[in-house]
Amino acid sequence: MSTITISKYNEALDRYNKKIADASVEDMVLNMGPQHPSTHGVLRLELITDGEIVKEVIPHIGYLHRCFEKHAESLTYQQTIPFTDRMDYLASMNNSHAWVMGVERMLGIDKDIPKRIEYIRVLVCELNRIASHLIAIGTYGIDIGAFTPFLWCFTDREHIMGMLEWASGSRMLYNYIWVGGLFYDLPVGFEERCREFVDYFKPKMVELNQLLTNNQIFISRTANVGVLPLDVAINYGCSGPVLRGSGLKYDLRRIDNYSAYPELDFDIPVGKGEMGTVGDCWDRYKVRVDEIDQSLKMIEQCLDRLQKELKRTPEFDPRAKLPRKITPKAQDYYMRAEGAKGELGFYFIADGRSEVPFRAKARGPSFNNLSVLPAISKNVMIADLIAIVGSIDFVLGEVDR
Amino acid sequence: MSFDDIKLLLTNKFGESVITGEERTGMQPALLIDPDRIAEVCLELRDNPKTYFDFLSCLTGVDYGIDSGRFGVVYHLSSIPYHLQLTLKVSKENNRNEEELPSFPSVTSVYRTADWHEREAYDLIGIFFEGHPDLRRILLPDDWEGYPLRKDYKTAEYYKGIKID
Repeated sequence: MSTITISKYNEALDRYNKKIADASVEDMVLNMGPQHPSTHGVLRLELITDGEIVKEVIPHIGYLHRCFEKHAESLTYQQTIPFTDRMDYLASMNNSHAWVMGVERMLGIDKDIPKRIEYIRVLVCELNRIASHLIAIGTYGIDIGAFTPFLWCFTDREHIMGMLEWASGSRMLYNYIWVGGLFYDLPVGFEERCREFVDYFKPKMVELNQLLTNNQIFISRTANVGVLPLDVAINYGCSGPVLRGSGLKYDLRRIDNYSAYPELDFDIPVGKGEMGTVGDCWDRYKVRVDEIDQSLKMIEQCLDRLQKELKRTPEFDPRAKLPRKITPKAQDYYMRAEGAKGELGFYFIADGRSEVPFRAKARGPSFNNLSVLPAISKNVMIADLIAIVGSIDFVLGEVDR
Repeated sequence: MSFDDIKLLLTNKFGESVITGEERTGMQPALLIDPDRIAEVCLELRDNPKTYFDFLSCLTGVDYGIDSGRFGVVYHLSSIPYHLQLTLKVSKENNRNEEELPSFPSVTSVYRTADWHEREAYDLIGIFFEGHPDLRRILLPDDWEGYPLRKDYKTAEYYKGIKID
């Protein structure tokens, strides 16, 4: 066993240990997590508290580290897709979509993907985004103390899980989007069932808004709490609903115009400070609610096209364009896409000889969104910290990878 | 602003020596920057009204393999106002001795995103960042030995005297 005694590399750890030891004298050091219902997974927040006031938050992550990058560097591009599913496990489709698009672009086959496949990909991704946002909204209600919305959201999410299970064979971790195509075509009758779901779900959203979004207790708990100014959000690399909640119209689906998104009509909801300040918890929550409406709009447009000009034909084979061997030529490429939580990036280095990436780095949106937590929760009440943590909506699978 | 304009902007400001090379083979061209000056380059790119690279998308530590003996860091910048993307790369030779980690200036003072990303690069690849405010391991436990994403990493057989099967 080697003992590295070079102080330079241990300086930060010593400093941290001393800080905690010093804080324990005057203030109280409180551990929230790793097993805590409102940290949404195995996250440990070390709080330095003075009574009810949180003076500082130190997040400790890594409890769910599953060596995604190490796995990706020893498996082929196709074999890594199931591992990407396990990053943001609430929106698996979005993860594999980003990974697959990156590989396709490196191979130069991204322009040859049939339109029907692109539309199916967008359809399942948007369904999955709704499922992810429903969890965010439902569990946020629970954090604040409203139990009913949680049950409502999970009931509705169950319909989406059922549909995606019908298409791919599994409930959460689909492995449905493949490089160059899809696992299977949509099952016969999927489009009709999906349309039924959209019609059923729209009034449900109205009900949910009446119950939670405009609920005075909920507004009092979230408005003007955890205000994230736009410049801080950008500097910390926040993206997705967290960045848009701070009032910036920035959505990679529009900016990068990938897949079938340029042909779809949708708006980008942003936080407006309706109930308090721009960038508070309520704004971040509201952006997710509005995004569900936009996703429904996109799903309807996809269904229109999938049922008319891109109709299923008996000879259509979603695996027709699958490359036999995936060996991109030597290059590096950074692929970014809008996942359910924000900018999801994959950085590949291909050496041009092997089927295995030389280096693969995943940039999880939750990782960056969570890093802003210490900055916006200085001198808040412990109860407000719960509201802030819930409003960021991170998934630990993606933070720790 | 094109890739060449950005290159010109940097050479005008810092002189020819700041850019040590460029890669144009792939779909995303990259500038190779003098490792010691990466922080000032980032600051200039962030604050210059012609570029406004205000968003650090991704920061990756790379071990370029045992043969080349090089370690590097790749920065993916993105400009929200101009919808631009830019890749910067720095790299250094290193003898893989764990008591002399490859060391680069930290860009945390420019982008706070780099805080956790640099901790991750330190944790998994063993790259030291000078001037980082809190360079502790982030994903692995504090007492972990070695840097798992290095190409010469050997999986440990024992963890604190307990055999790993």
